[in-house]
Amino acid sequence: MFRDSPIIRWRNYKDRYMLIGFECTACGKKYFEAKGLCPCGGTEFNEIEFSGKGKIVSFTQIHSGPEAFTHQGNYCVAIIDLVEGARITGQVVDCKYEDLKIGLEVEAVFRKFYKSGEKGVIHYGTKFVPKF
Amino acid sequence: MNIGVLGIGITKFGERWDQGLRELLLDAQMKALKDAKISVEQIDALYTGNMGAGQLSGQLHIGAMATENLNIDKPSIRVEGACASGSLALRQGIQAIESGEAEIVLVSGVEKMTDVSTEQVTTMLMGAGDEELEGFNGLTFPGLYALLAKAYMTKYPKLTRDLLAEVSVKNHFHGARNEYCQFRKEINIDTVKKSTMVADPLTLFDCSPITDGAASIILASEKKAKELGAKVAIIGSGLATDTLSLARRSTLTAIPAGKKAAEAAYKQAGITAKDVDFAEVHDCFTIAEIMAVEALGFAKEGEGYKLYENKDTYFMGRIPINTSGGLKACGHPVGATGIKQAIEATMQLRGEAEGRQVKNAKIGVTHNVGGSGGTACVHVFKKVK
Repeated sequence: MFRDSPIIRWRNYKDRYMLIGFECTACGKKYFEAKGLCPCGGTEFNEIEFSGKGKIVSFTQIHSGPEAFTHQGNYCVAIIDLVEGARITGQVVDCKYEDLKIGLEVEAVFRKFYKSGEKGVIHYGTKFVPKF
Repeated sequence: MNIGVLGIGITKFGERWDQGLRELLLDAQMKALKDAKISVEQIDALYTGNMGAGQLSGQLHIGAMATENLNIDKPSIRVEGACASGSLALRQGIQAIESGEAEIVLVSGVEKMTDVSTEQVTTMLMGAGDEELEGFNGLTFPGLYALLAKAYMTKYPKLTRDLLAEVSVKNHFHGARNEYCQFRKEINIDTVKKSTMVADPLTLFDCSPITDGAASIILASEKKAKELGAKVAIIGSGLATDTLSLARRSTLTAIPAGKKAAEAAYKQAGITAKDVDFAEVHDCFTIAEIMAVEALGFAKEGEGYKLYENKDTYFMGRIPINTSGGLKACGHPVGATGIKQAIEATMQLRGEAEGRQVKNAKIGVTHNVGGSGGTACVHVFKKVK
């Protein structure tokens, strides 16, 4: 299965471990994912590190997860607007689901995701915790 | 544009442990050939929609499977665009005829989903989202639509939980009247609200099921269609795309690709939303049907709930939606869904939808979405006088 590949994990160290994204040099718009063209017409991008602070735009609690996530039981995933302007997707943890709401401030934490396949590749990444 | 529908064929949808990918496809193909009353040698090209066979059955190269089934060697291609694969295959078939290269085309859709575990299907379906940005975080397909539902119902609170559930109730009402449907059972609002939570706020009865099935349709050029007496024509086809991931989308309270595809299809057909007598829309989740009726112009954004207050969307109502039972009750064999929609539209326009027939139906629309809205494809069907 593709998720067992250590190479994919190695390639994604920067964005998954350090929330490194891209900023258009022409208009300053920020992206979490690689871009070649900005809607402003810009084609040059600088790497930037996001602060990890943001607000929940929408959220849900998953009760029936894919194979790799069944060990988590029920878990929350949200779409988050980072203060720098980029929008990303991530789990929100260390809280009661009932306490979450749209607009709630969250910040990034470094977490283990899961271990996969016979090789036992450990996947780490960024999750979010609420700032009550 | 004027493409004739010569024939249709569909398998019973459901948990088809008795048949594999090949047999399901063959069954639909043979039924369509019989309905069209043509011989297999008359087919100039084949297009087959499929999403998951590579992962769920270890089978790719569906194009060759489609011709092998019929002992022919014509051009044949498998088309993939997640849950919109069927409509994309249909559009490719139309374009093959429009280009002048083909006169008669066999378009099918097939999906074999119940041989494996729900978790494996969940993983496969999530391939329709963004694997790196969404799948890696444990997001599921119901989860994507739950995020849309939460954002929509926060912005437009007039869409209540009960009205959202009404989408599923209505689709089961229709499904009970459709013989190829997976779940032929009427339900009520409590059935939906009290069912198991899948991804808050969506419960099991807000979600389309896991289904095996295949569907085929035979298209012909205007000239051939006249010669062979086709009773239904496709007069508009629109396709639009958007970002893979929801986080990159311009809005979380609509599916913009659906609206763009509808506008393109209506323009080509020379119609407006007011001319449409009924529609088959992509209700992979209840919230998706609300966004679909808005995308198709039957209601303004935020006002889709109004159609669910007074049975307007029932087959005897003002604008019948999903008389087949929709993805919810009829089932959602992913690659076959777009073709099933085309078949339901054809049956309605031929007057063959017994038990759920829309009166005086002249124009019908199909609306098929891939992923959380990364692809949307709309077709306009017309009764031939």
